[in-house]
Amino acid sequence: MVRLTVNGEHHELELDPRTTLLDALRDHLGLTGAKKGCDHGQCGACTVHVDGRRVLSCLALAVAQRGREIVTIEGLALGAHLHPMQLAFIECDALQCGFCTPGQIMSAVALLAEVDHRRELTDVAIRERMSGNLCRCGAYPNIVAAIRRVRT
Amino acid sequence: MRPFAYVEGVTVADAAAAVHAAPTAMFLAGGTTVVDLMKSGVLAPAALVDVHRLPLDDIELDDRRARIGACVRNAQLAEHPDIRARWPVVGEALLSGMSPQLRNMSTVAGNVLQRTRCPYYRDPHSACNKREPGTGCAARTGWDRDAAVLGQSPHCIAVFPSDLATALAILDTIIYTRRGDGGARRLPFDGFHRLPGRSPERETVLDHGELVTHFELPDLALSRRSHYLKVRDRASYEFALASAAVALDVERGLVRDARIALGGVATRPWRCLAAEQALRGRPAEPATFRAAADLALAGAVAGAHNGFKIELARHVVARALTELAARPG
Repeated sequence: MVRLTVNGEHHELELDPRTTLLDALRDHLGLTGAKKGCDHGQCGACTVHVDGRRVLSCLALAVAQRGREIVTIEGLALGAHLHPMQLAFIECDALQCGFCTPGQIMSAVALLAEVDHRRELTDVAIRERMSGNLCRCGAYPNIVAAIRRVRT
Repeated sequence: MRPFAYVEGVTVADAAAAVHAAPTAMFLAGGTTVVDLMKSGVLAPAALVDVHRLPLDDIELDDRRARIGACVRNAQLAEHPDIRARWPVVGEALLSGMSPQLRNMSTVAGNVLQRTRCPYYRDPHSACNKREPGTGCAARTGWDRDAAVLGQSPHCIAVFPSDLATALAILDTIIYTRRGDGGARRLPFDGFHRLPGRSPERETVLDHGELVTHFELPDLALSRRSHYLKVRDRASYEFALASAAVALDVERGLVRDARIALGGVATRPWRCLAAEQALRGRPAEPATFRAAADLALAGAVAGAHNGFKIELARHVVARALTELAARPG
Protein backbone atom coordinates (compact mmCIF):
# COMPACT_ATOMS: atom_id res chain seq x y z
CA MET A 1 0.00 0.00 0.00
CA VAL A 2 1.41 3.36 -1.06
CA ARG A 3 0.19 6.62 0.46
CA LEU A 4 0.36 9.54 -1.91
CA THR A 5 -0.72 13.14 -1.41
CA VAL A 6 -1.77 14.62 -4.73
CA ASN A 7 -3.12 18.16 -5.06
CA GLY A 8 -3.80 18.15 -1.33
CA GLU A 9 -5.81 14.90 -1.33
CA HIS A 10 -4.59 11.75 0.38
CA HIS A 11 -4.74 8.48 -1.52
CA GLU A 12 -3.88 4.91 -0.65
CA LEU A 13 -3.04 2.79 -3.65
CA GLU A 14 -2.14 -0.83 -4.18
CA LEU A 15 0.66 -0.54 -6.72
CA ASP A 16 3.14 -2.83 -8.42
CA PRO A 17 6.64 -1.46 -7.59
CA ARG A 18 7.17 -0.95 -11.33
CA THR A 19 4.47 1.73 -11.44
CA THR A 20 5.90 5.13 -12.16
CA LEU A 21 4.45 8.21 -10.54
CA LEU A 22 3.17 9.19 -14.00
CA ASP A 23 1.27 5.92 -14.43
CA ALA A 24 -0.09 6.15 -10.88
CA LEU A 25 -1.42 9.64 -11.58
CA ARG A 26 -2.88 8.82 -14.98
CA ASP A 27 -4.08 5.23 -14.66
CA HIS A 28 -4.89 4.94 -10.96
CA LEU A 29 -6.03 8.45 -10.03
CA GLY A 30 -7.47 9.56 -13.37
CA LEU A 31 -5.28 12.66 -13.48
CA THR A 32 -4.39 12.67 -17.14
CA GLY A 33 -3.02 16.20 -17.27
CA ALA A 34 0.59 15.05 -16.96
CA LYS A 35 1.41 13.53 -20.34
CA LYS A 36 3.43 10.50 -21.38
CA GLY A 37 5.62 11.75 -24.19
CA CYS A 38 8.93 9.91 -24.40
CA ASP A 39 8.59 8.00 -21.09
CA HIS A 40 12.42 8.27 -20.73
CA GLY A 41 12.98 11.64 -19.10
CA GLN A 42 13.85 13.48 -22.27
CA CYS A 43 10.77 15.53 -23.21
CA GLY A 44 9.38 17.04 -19.99
CA ALA A 45 5.69 16.42 -20.84
CA CYS A 46 5.26 14.52 -17.54
CA THR A 47 6.61 17.34 -15.33
CA VAL A 48 4.93 17.62 -11.92
CA HIS A 49 5.96 19.16 -8.59
CA VAL A 50 7.15 16.96 -5.73
CA ASP A 51 7.65 18.85 -2.46
CA GLY A 52 7.72 22.04 -4.50
CA ARG A 53 10.38 20.92 -6.96
CA ARG A 54 9.71 20.18 -10.62
CA VAL A 55 10.52 16.57 -11.48
CA LEU A 56 9.86 14.06 -14.26
CA SER A 57 7.09 11.74 -13.09
CA CYS A 58 7.97 9.15 -15.76
CA LEU A 59 11.32 8.44 -14.06
CA ALA A 60 9.99 8.50 -10.49
CA LEU A 61 8.74 5.28 -8.96
CA ALA A 62 5.40 5.80 -7.21
CA VAL A 63 6.43 3.63 -4.25
CA ALA A 64 9.34 5.99 -3.56
CA GLN A 65 7.00 9.00 -3.11
CA ARG A 66 5.62 8.05 0.30
CA GLY A 67 4.66 11.20 2.19
CA ARG A 68 5.64 13.58 -0.61
CA GLU A 69 3.39 16.48 -1.62
CA ILE A 70 2.63 16.07 -5.31
CA VAL A 71 1.06 18.81 -7.41
CA THR A 72 -0.10 18.24 -10.97
CA ILE A 73 -1.54 20.62 -13.56
CA GLU A 74 -5.00 19.76 -12.18
CA GLY A 75 -3.98 21.23 -8.82
CA LEU A 76 -2.75 24.56 -10.09
CA ALA A 77 -6.02 26.47 -10.44
CA LEU A 78 -7.79 27.86 -7.37
CA GLY A 79 -11.36 26.70 -7.87
CA ALA A 80 -12.64 28.41 -11.01
CA HIS A 81 -9.64 30.76 -11.13
CA LEU A 82 -6.85 29.63 -13.40
CA HIS A 83 -3.27 30.05 -12.23
CA PRO A 84 -1.62 33.19 -13.69
CA MET A 85 0.69 30.99 -15.75
CA GLN A 86 -2.28 29.15 -17.27
CA LEU A 87 -3.89 32.50 -18.14
CA ALA A 88 -0.64 33.76 -19.63
CA PHE A 89 -0.30 30.67 -21.84
CA ILE A 90 -3.82 31.33 -23.16
CA GLU A 91 -3.27 35.06 -23.63
CA CYS A 92 0.10 34.58 -25.35
CA ASP A 93 -1.09 31.67 -27.50
CA ALA A 94 1.81 29.63 -26.10
CA LEU A 95 0.73 26.34 -27.64
CA GLN A 96 -0.48 24.67 -30.77
CA CYS A 97 -1.38 21.01 -30.26
CA GLY A 98 -1.23 21.36 -26.47
CA PHE A 99 0.33 18.00 -25.65
CA CYS A 100 3.43 19.44 -24.00
CA THR A 101 1.52 22.32 -22.36
CA PRO A 102 0.82 20.83 -18.90
CA GLY A 103 4.52 20.02 -18.55
CA GLN A 104 5.50 23.43 -19.88
CA ILE A 105 3.25 25.19 -17.37
CA MET A 106 4.37 23.10 -14.39
CA SER A 107 7.97 23.72 -15.37
CA ALA A 108 7.38 27.45 -15.85
CA VAL A 109 5.67 27.85 -12.46
CA ALA A 110 8.62 26.12 -10.79
CA LEU A 111 11.10 28.20 -12.77
CA LEU A 112 9.73 31.45 -11.36
CA ALA A 113 9.90 30.02 -7.84
CA GLU A 114 13.56 29.04 -8.39
CA VAL A 115 14.89 32.41 -9.55
CA ASP A 116 15.74 35.43 -7.46
CA HIS A 117 13.02 38.03 -8.06
CA ARG A 118 15.46 40.92 -7.63
CA ARG A 119 17.68 39.78 -10.49
CA GLU A 120 17.13 40.19 -14.18
CA LEU A 121 15.75 37.16 -16.01
CA THR A 122 16.73 37.30 -19.67
CA ASP A 123 14.97 35.43 -22.45
CA VAL A 124 18.19 33.42 -22.87
CA ALA A 125 17.99 32.41 -19.21
CA ILE A 126 14.30 31.48 -19.54
CA ARG A 127 15.12 29.31 -22.56
CA GLU A 128 17.97 27.59 -20.71
CA ARG A 129 15.79 26.95 -17.66
CA MET A 130 12.99 25.59 -19.89
CA SER A 131 15.35 23.37 -21.91
CA GLY A 132 13.92 20.21 -20.36
CA ASN A 133 10.51 20.80 -21.95
CA LEU A 134 10.33 20.08 -25.64
CA CYS A 135 7.60 21.46 -27.91
CA ARG A 136 7.46 19.77 -31.29
CA CYS A 137 5.09 22.46 -32.59
CA GLY A 138 7.79 25.01 -31.88
CA ALA A 139 5.71 27.34 -29.74
CA TYR A 140 8.84 28.41 -27.87
CA PRO A 141 8.70 32.18 -28.61
CA ASN A 142 5.22 32.45 -27.13
CA ILE A 143 6.08 30.18 -24.21
CA VAL A 144 8.94 32.56 -23.34
CA ALA A 145 6.53 35.49 -23.75
CA ALA A 146 4.02 33.88 -21.38
CA ILE A 147 6.65 33.31 -18.70
CA ARG A 148 7.87 36.87 -19.12
CA ARG A 149 4.31 38.15 -18.72
CA VAL A 150 3.86 36.39 -15.38
CA ARG A 151 7.29 37.44 -14.22
CA THR A 152 6.65 41.18 -14.80
CA MET B 1 10.22 -3.70 -17.05
CA ARG B 2 11.02 -6.90 -15.16
CA PRO B 3 9.36 -7.31 -11.74
CA PHE B 4 11.49 -6.36 -8.74
CA ALA B 5 11.18 -6.01 -4.99
CA TYR B 6 11.27 -2.47 -3.60
CA VAL B 7 13.04 -2.06 -0.26
CA GLU B 8 13.30 1.25 1.55
CA GLY B 9 16.73 1.66 3.13
CA VAL B 10 16.50 2.63 6.80
CA THR B 11 20.17 3.00 7.70
CA VAL B 12 23.32 3.18 5.60
CA ALA B 13 24.53 -0.14 7.02
CA ASP B 14 21.21 -1.93 6.39
CA ALA B 15 20.97 -0.63 2.84
CA ALA B 16 24.50 -1.75 1.99
CA ALA B 17 23.92 -5.14 3.61
CA ALA B 18 20.63 -5.61 1.72
CA VAL B 19 22.27 -5.09 -1.68
CA HIS B 20 25.32 -7.11 -0.63
CA ALA B 21 23.08 -10.08 0.22
CA ALA B 22 21.33 -10.20 -3.18
CA PRO B 23 23.56 -10.71 -6.23
CA THR B 24 21.38 -8.70 -8.62
CA ALA B 25 20.06 -6.05 -6.23
CA MET B 26 20.87 -2.40 -6.91
CA PHE B 27 20.74 0.88 -5.04
CA LEU B 28 18.08 3.38 -6.10
CA ALA B 29 18.61 7.10 -5.45
CA GLY B 30 17.16 9.68 -7.86
CA GLY B 31 16.29 6.90 -10.30
CA THR B 32 16.98 8.91 -13.44
CA THR B 33 19.48 6.37 -14.75
CA VAL B 34 18.22 3.16 -13.14
CA VAL B 35 14.48 3.54 -13.92
CA ASP B 36 15.26 4.65 -17.46
CA LEU B 37 17.51 1.65 -18.11
CA MET B 38 15.08 -0.77 -16.46
CA LYS B 39 12.36 0.40 -18.86
CA SER B 40 14.71 -0.27 -21.77
CA GLY B 41 15.53 -3.74 -20.51
CA VAL B 42 19.21 -2.87 -20.01
CA LEU B 43 19.03 -3.32 -16.24
CA ALA B 44 16.88 -5.97 -14.56
CA PRO B 45 17.63 -5.97 -10.82
CA ALA B 46 15.69 -8.43 -8.65
CA ALA B 47 15.49 -5.76 -5.95
CA LEU B 48 15.94 -2.01 -5.63
CA VAL B 49 17.12 -0.71 -2.27
CA ASP B 50 16.03 2.91 -2.03
CA VAL B 51 18.69 5.09 -0.38
CA HIS B 52 17.24 8.51 -1.14
CA ARG B 53 15.81 9.02 2.35
CA LEU B 54 19.03 8.11 4.15
CA PRO B 55 20.71 10.99 6.02
CA LEU B 56 23.20 11.56 3.20
CA ASP B 57 21.74 14.80 1.89
CA ASP B 58 23.82 17.47 3.66
CA ILE B 59 26.58 19.76 2.42
CA GLU B 60 28.94 20.52 5.31
CA LEU B 61 31.60 23.18 4.95
CA ASP B 62 34.54 24.45 6.94
CA ASP B 63 37.74 26.32 6.03
CA ARG B 64 39.53 23.22 4.84
CA ARG B 65 36.95 21.26 2.91
CA ALA B 66 33.43 20.52 1.75
CA ARG B 67 31.77 17.27 2.72
CA ILE B 68 28.95 16.45 0.32
CA GLY B 69 26.44 13.69 1.04
CA ALA B 70 25.98 11.12 -1.71
CA CYS B 71 22.24 11.84 -1.95
CA VAL B 72 22.56 15.62 -2.24
CA ARG B 73 20.57 16.62 -5.33
CA ASN B 74 22.58 17.94 -8.22
CA ALA B 75 20.47 21.13 -8.23
CA GLN B 76 21.20 21.66 -4.54
CA LEU B 77 24.97 21.35 -5.10
CA ALA B 78 24.93 23.55 -8.20
CA GLU B 79 23.12 26.37 -6.39
CA HIS B 80 25.08 26.31 -3.13
CA PRO B 81 26.67 29.77 -2.76
CA ASP B 82 29.84 28.54 -1.01
CA ILE B 83 30.38 25.74 -3.51
CA ARG B 84 29.99 28.26 -6.34
CA ALA B 85 32.51 30.62 -4.74
CA ARG B 86 35.15 28.10 -3.68
CA TRP B 87 34.80 25.40 -6.37
CA PRO B 88 33.17 27.22 -9.34
CA VAL B 89 34.01 24.38 -11.72
CA VAL B 90 31.51 22.16 -9.86
CA GLY B 91 28.51 24.43 -10.38
CA GLU B 92 29.48 25.25 -13.94
CA ALA B 93 29.76 21.56 -14.81
CA LEU B 94 26.41 20.74 -13.21
CA LEU B 95 24.54 23.60 -14.87
CA SER B 96 25.93 22.60 -18.25
CA GLY B 97 24.27 19.19 -18.00
CA MET B 98 20.81 17.71 -17.62
CA SER B 99 17.56 19.68 -17.45
CA PRO B 100 16.35 21.46 -14.28
CA GLN B 101 13.91 18.59 -13.64
CA LEU B 102 16.70 16.01 -13.84
CA ARG B 103 18.98 18.09 -11.62
CA ASN B 104 16.15 18.21 -9.05
CA MET B 105 15.83 14.42 -9.02
CA SER B 106 19.31 13.02 -9.55
CA THR B 107 21.91 12.79 -6.82
CA VAL B 108 25.62 13.59 -6.70
CA ALA B 109 26.62 9.93 -6.34
CA GLY B 110 24.19 8.90 -9.07
CA ASN B 111 25.76 11.49 -11.34
CA VAL B 112 29.27 10.10 -10.80
CA LEU B 113 27.98 6.52 -11.26
CA GLN B 114 25.77 7.19 -14.29
CA ARG B 115 26.00 4.84 -17.26
CA THR B 116 27.34 5.58 -20.70
CA ARG B 117 25.10 7.04 -23.38
CA CYS B 118 26.61 4.72 -26.01
CA PRO B 119 23.55 3.76 -28.12
CA TYR B 120 24.64 0.12 -28.31
CA TYR B 121 24.78 -0.16 -24.52
CA ARG B 122 21.22 1.19 -24.38
CA ASP B 123 19.87 -1.22 -27.00
CA PRO B 124 19.48 -4.75 -25.57
CA HIS B 125 19.55 -6.21 -29.09
CA SER B 126 23.06 -4.96 -29.88
CA ALA B 127 26.39 -6.54 -29.03
CA CYS B 128 27.85 -4.78 -25.99
CA ASN B 129 30.54 -6.07 -23.65
CA LYS B 130 29.60 -3.51 -21.04
CA ARG B 131 25.97 -4.64 -20.88
CA GLU B 132 26.56 -8.33 -21.61
CA PRO B 133 30.21 -9.43 -21.29
CA GLY B 134 31.52 -11.50 -24.17
CA THR B 135 29.01 -10.37 -26.79
CA GLY B 136 31.37 -7.96 -28.55
CA CYS B 137 31.30 -4.22 -29.24
CA ALA B 138 28.91 -3.05 -31.96
CA ALA B 139 30.23 0.51 -31.68
CA ARG B 140 33.69 -0.39 -32.99
CA THR B 141 32.30 -1.24 -36.41
CA GLY B 142 29.18 0.90 -36.14
CA TRP B 143 28.22 4.49 -35.42
CA ASP B 144 31.15 5.67 -33.32
CA ARG B 145 30.78 9.43 -33.78
CA ASP B 146 30.24 9.93 -30.06
CA ALA B 147 32.69 7.25 -28.91
CA ALA B 148 35.89 7.75 -26.95
CA VAL B 149 39.24 8.75 -28.42
CA LEU B 150 41.13 8.18 -25.14
CA GLY B 151 41.22 5.11 -22.89
CA GLN B 152 39.50 2.68 -25.27
CA SER B 153 40.16 -1.04 -25.34
CA PRO B 154 39.37 -3.61 -28.05
CA HIS B 155 36.37 -4.53 -25.90
CA CYS B 156 34.77 -1.12 -25.35
CA ILE B 157 34.96 2.43 -26.71
CA ALA B 158 32.04 3.93 -24.75
CA VAL B 159 32.40 7.50 -23.47
CA PHE B 160 31.97 8.19 -19.79
CA PRO B 161 29.34 10.97 -19.77
CA SER B 162 29.38 12.82 -16.42
CA ASP B 163 30.23 16.53 -16.41
CA LEU B 164 30.38 16.61 -12.61
CA ALA B 165 32.89 13.75 -12.51
CA THR B 166 35.13 15.63 -14.93
CA ALA B 167 35.12 18.57 -12.50
CA LEU B 168 35.71 16.35 -9.45
CA ALA B 169 38.71 14.80 -11.24
CA ILE B 170 40.73 18.03 -10.88
CA LEU B 171 39.82 18.73 -7.23
CA ASP B 172 41.64 15.95 -5.30
CA THR B 173 38.20 14.59 -4.41
CA ILE B 174 37.92 11.76 -1.89
CA ILE B 175 35.02 9.28 -2.02
CA TYR B 176 33.80 7.64 1.19
CA THR B 177 31.91 4.35 1.07
CA ARG B 178 30.19 1.84 3.31
CA ARG B 179 30.56 -1.79 2.32
CA GLY B 180 27.94 -4.47 2.53
CA ASP B 181 30.04 -6.41 5.06
CA GLY B 182 30.13 -3.41 7.40
CA GLY B 183 33.54 -2.05 6.42
CA ALA B 184 34.20 1.42 5.09
CA ARG B 185 36.62 2.79 2.50
CA ARG B 186 38.20 6.12 1.61
CA LEU B 187 38.89 6.14 -2.13
CA PRO B 188 40.81 8.80 -4.09
CA PHE B 189 38.79 10.00 -7.09
CA ASP B 190 41.76 9.26 -9.37
CA GLY B 191 41.40 5.56 -10.00
CA PHE B 192 37.77 5.31 -8.82
CA HIS B 193 36.58 4.80 -12.40
CA ARG B 194 38.24 1.89 -14.20
CA LEU B 195 39.50 1.75 -17.75
CA PRO B 196 37.39 -0.71 -19.77
CA GLY B 197 40.28 -3.09 -20.48
CA ARG B 198 39.02 -6.66 -20.71
CA SER B 199 36.06 -6.10 -18.35
CA PRO B 200 34.14 -2.98 -19.38
CA GLU B 201 31.16 -4.14 -17.32
CA ARG B 202 33.11 -3.15 -14.18
CA GLU B 203 33.07 0.63 -14.31
CA THR B 204 34.37 1.53 -10.86
CA VAL B 205 36.37 -0.06 -8.05
CA LEU B 206 33.20 -0.37 -5.94
CA ASP B 207 32.28 -3.88 -4.82
CA HIS B 208 28.74 -5.20 -4.99
CA GLY B 209 26.78 -3.72 -2.09
CA GLU B 210 29.30 -0.94 -1.50
CA LEU B 211 27.44 2.36 -1.07
CA VAL B 212 29.00 5.75 -1.72
CA THR B 213 28.18 7.90 1.31
CA HIS B 214 30.12 11.16 0.90
CA PHE B 215 32.42 13.17 -1.32
CA GLU B 216 35.10 15.36 0.21
CA LEU B 217 36.53 18.36 -1.63
CA PRO B 218 39.67 19.77 0.01
CA ASP B 219 40.18 23.53 -0.21
CA LEU B 220 42.90 23.96 -2.83
CA ALA B 221 44.84 27.09 -3.71
CA LEU B 222 43.60 26.86 -7.29
CA SER B 223 40.04 25.61 -6.84
CA ARG B 224 38.65 29.16 -6.57
CA ARG B 225 39.97 29.84 -10.04
CA SER B 226 38.44 26.90 -11.86
CA HIS B 227 36.21 26.62 -14.88
CA TYR B 228 34.21 24.15 -16.98
CA LEU B 229 33.76 24.50 -20.72
CA LYS B 230 31.51 22.14 -22.65
CA VAL B 231 30.90 21.86 -26.39
CA ARG B 232 27.86 19.93 -27.63
CA ASP B 233 25.52 19.47 -30.57
CA ARG B 234 22.75 21.61 -29.03
CA ALA B 235 22.87 24.82 -27.00
CA SER B 236 21.44 23.08 -23.94
CA TYR B 237 20.35 19.77 -22.41
CA GLU B 238 22.90 17.64 -24.26
CA PHE B 239 25.96 15.55 -23.48
CA ALA B 240 29.43 16.82 -24.30
CA LEU B 241 31.20 16.18 -27.57
CA ALA B 242 34.21 17.51 -25.69
CA SER B 243 34.56 19.32 -22.40
CA ALA B 244 37.33 20.48 -20.09
CA ALA B 245 37.54 21.15 -16.37
CA VAL B 246 40.47 23.45 -15.67
CA ALA B 247 42.01 25.29 -12.73
CA LEU B 248 44.87 27.76 -12.63
CA ASP B 249 47.08 29.30 -9.99
CA VAL B 250 48.83 32.24 -11.64
CA GLU B 251 51.38 34.52 -10.01
CA ARG B 252 52.82 37.56 -11.79
CA GLY B 253 51.82 36.19 -15.16
CA LEU B 254 53.37 32.76 -14.63
CA VAL B 255 51.45 29.54 -14.05
CA ARG B 256 52.31 28.23 -10.59
CA ASP B 257 49.96 25.25 -10.71
CA ALA B 258 47.32 23.95 -13.11
CA ARG B 259 44.71 21.21 -13.41
CA ILE B 260 43.11 19.82 -16.54
CA ALA B 261 40.59 17.01 -17.06
CA LEU B 262 38.69 16.07 -20.21
CA GLY B 263 35.07 15.01 -20.54
CA GLY B 264 33.10 13.60 -23.46
CA VAL B 265 36.15 12.09 -25.14
CA ALA B 266 37.39 9.33 -22.82
CA THR B 267 36.19 6.09 -21.27
CA ARG B 268 36.50 7.54 -17.77
CA PRO B 269 37.11 11.00 -16.22
CA TRP B 270 40.41 11.93 -17.87
CA ARG B 271 43.01 13.84 -15.91
CA CYS B 272 45.88 15.26 -18.03
CA LEU B 273 48.96 15.20 -15.78
CA ALA B 274 51.52 15.75 -18.55
CA ALA B 275 49.68 18.80 -19.83
CA GLU B 276 49.43 20.19 -16.29
CA GLN B 277 53.17 19.71 -15.78
CA ALA B 278 53.92 21.49 -19.05
CA LEU B 279 52.02 24.55 -17.84
CA ARG B 280 53.95 25.02 -14.58
CA GLY B 281 56.38 27.92 -14.69
CA ARG B 282 55.21 29.03 -18.12
CA PRO B 283 53.59 32.36 -19.01
CA ALA B 284 49.78 32.26 -18.69
CA GLU B 285 49.06 33.03 -22.34
CA PRO B 286 47.32 31.36 -25.29
CA ALA B 287 50.49 29.90 -26.84
CA THR B 288 51.25 28.06 -23.58
CA PHE B 289 47.67 26.85 -23.36
CA ARG B 290 47.68 25.55 -26.94
CA ALA B 291 50.85 23.58 -26.27
CA ALA B 292 49.26 22.06 -23.16
CA ALA B 293 46.13 21.19 -25.14
CA ASP B 294 48.26 19.32 -27.69
CA LEU B 295 49.79 17.31 -24.86
CA ALA B 296 46.39 16.59 -23.33
CA LEU B 297 45.28 14.88 -26.55
CA ALA B 298 48.67 13.38 -27.43
CA GLY B 299 47.60 9.75 -27.06
CA ALA B 300 44.19 10.09 -28.70
CA VAL B 301 43.16 7.52 -31.31
CA ALA B 302 40.16 8.09 -33.58
CA GLY B 303 37.67 5.58 -34.92
CA ALA B 304 35.78 5.88 -38.20
CA HIS B 305 33.54 8.87 -37.39
CA ASN B 306 34.92 10.59 -34.29
CA GLY B 307 38.26 11.98 -35.44
CA PHE B 308 36.89 15.52 -35.20
CA LYS B 309 36.66 15.17 -31.43
CA ILE B 310 40.44 15.19 -31.06
CA GLU B 311 40.82 18.59 -32.70
CA LEU B 312 37.67 19.83 -30.98
CA ALA B 313 38.96 18.79 -27.54
CA ARG B 314 42.28 20.58 -28.16
CA HIS B 315 40.41 23.80 -28.83
CA VAL B 316 38.19 23.26 -25.80
CA VAL B 317 41.21 22.88 -23.50
CA ALA B 318 43.01 25.90 -24.93
CA ARG B 319 39.87 28.05 -24.81
CA ALA B 320 38.95 26.95 -21.27
CA LEU B 321 42.41 27.93 -20.01
CA THR B 322 42.37 31.21 -21.94
CA GLU B 323 38.94 32.15 -20.58
CA LEU B 324 39.98 31.24 -17.06
CA ALA B 325 43.25 33.21 -17.22
CA ALA B 326 41.28 36.27 -18.33
CA ARG B 327 39.07 36.15 -15.23
CA PRO B 328 39.94 38.50 -12.41
CA GLY B 329 41.51 36.29 -9.89
